[in-house]
Amino acid sequence: MDISVSQIIFGILAVMIVAFSVMTVTTRRVLRSATYLLFVLLATAGIYLMLDYHFLAAVQVTVYAGGILVLFIFSIFLTSHAGDKLEKIPVKKTLAGITAAVLGIGVCLYVVLKNGIKITEAVSGGEIDMKHIGITLMGTEKYQYLLPFEAISILLLACIIGGIMIARKR
Amino acid sequence: MFDFKVLTQWIDQSLRALNLPDFGVLVIELVLVGIALLAAYAILAIILIWFERKICAWFQCRLGPNRVGIFGLLQTFADTIKILLKELIPINNNDKILFYLAPFIVILSSMLSFGALPFGKGLQAIDFNIGIFYMMAVSSLGVLGVLLAGWSSNNKFSMIGAMRSGAQMVSYELSVGLSLLTMVIFAGSMQLSQIVNQQADLWFIFKGHVPALIAFLVYLIAGHAETSRGPFDLPEAESELTAGYHTEYSGIQFGFYYLAEYLNMFIIAAIATTVFLGGWQPLHIPGLDGFNHVMDYIPTPVWFLGKAFFCIFLSLWVRWTFPRLRIDQLLHLEWKYLLPLNLLNILFMALIVIFKWHF
Repeated sequence: MDISVSQIIFGILAVMIVAFSVMTVTTRRVLRSATYLLFVLLATAGIYLMLDYHFLAAVQVTVYAGGILVLFIFSIFLTSHAGDKLEKIPVKKTLAGITAAVLGIGVCLYVVLKNGIKITEAVSGGEIDMKHIGITLMGTEKYQYLLPFEAISILLLACIIGGIMIARKR
Repeated sequence: MFDFKVLTQWIDQSLRALNLPDFGVLVIELVLVGIALLAAYAILAIILIWFERKICAWFQCRLGPNRVGIFGLLQTFADTIKILLKELIPINNNDKILFYLAPFIVILSSMLSFGALPFGKGLQAIDFNIGIFYMMAVSSLGVLGVLLAGWSSNNKFSMIGAMRSGAQMVSYELSVGLSLLTMVIFAGSMQLSQIVNQQADLWFIFKGHVPALIAFLVYLIAGHAETSRGPFDLPEAESELTAGYHTEYSGIQFGFYYLAEYLNMFIIAAIATTVFLGGWQPLHIPGLDGFNHVMDYIPTPVWFLGKAFFCIFLSLWVRWTFPRLRIDQLLHLEWKYLLPLNLLNILFMALIVIFKWHF
């Protein structure tokens, strides 16, 4: 059998993602769940690294693992106690969850298997230069993304101001 | 200047000459790099602890460690062996998994950034295109370990320490990032090797004059706060919180936090060195060719470590001089002074780059 190093690494990352995702939703301690989610996010960053898309990997780590997860943990700190456990999920809900998950896998598999070759063609471009990403993000020509970038910034600004307004009312 | 690529390529070629499969060569090289980095990590920590104790003693008009070995040089080795032999005390009623996991997250984060530092010409394990951004990304993971430690200790002092540390690290990360971005604008690249190479004729702190100097000062202050030492050591304020988030840890688990704290100090100093003080580049002054040539004879890792230890000295100086801040003063300093200053500084730097006012 001929297995390359990248296939082994991919295997490890994939097993990590699947195992920790399942643990995230099955554990009954909410902070542990957040920690398992951290590993899922880090393994996803690992997959981006494997695809030579270093920028996206770093964004994944800094935004999700370093930012959003810290927010999650902070909000868990403020709302629950150390010994707290979540209630057991009733069998009906578990079954519904499993069905939804299986259906989701089905849809994903259908899409991937149907378009699989196109995806491998799209991602096998080698490492993308940071300068190229910057110019694409900030350019105004065809296939450049200044307008969506600015639209999202305004949306975020509105969210921040809204957050301050809500917090100030108290 | 000796290029360490000669050495690494020689290792690579002699491994390939053994007729191993590519896979085997890769694994052996990865293990070698890992061992080298881990050894450097541990030895640097030992040296730093000794250095700190000596400097601290100097500021307080004492002698510091002077019994074990010459100048007390073997003192930290003895301390390391002692901490390795200490019992790990298990504590009741806590979340065991998270409690044991937390020190590893802290170590992982500092090890990941340590691994990508350029220590000398050709002495860099991995040279990412996004170098500085990668550094910022992985060093932001450390705060998670601190938060988990505080929570899983099930102890109010640890918890308060963790909350303080979370607020502190998240806010000061902004200033660290923005001051580094100022220099990224100046360099036009995020790749560490390119940033270092551009400083061959003159270091960035001289080239970029005013804004570079402001960015350097802001970076030193914010970076110092990131490592939660000196006047910013609220997360482990011993007079209020016993030892903050690592109160419940004993033996080598506590040792991990201690190790990570010292190495984070080194990493902050090393990034300051790389971005502002020319990395491993010798001191070159345009026009003085003889002087520049003499400087080239000093090996590049010596330049790198020398500059890094100079930055560490500055940080220790601050640490043993100023009294601890209150939490509100700490957050005021960041959000009301450093952040606006930083944003203006970025604008200033952009103008300087556009109009080419730099050297």
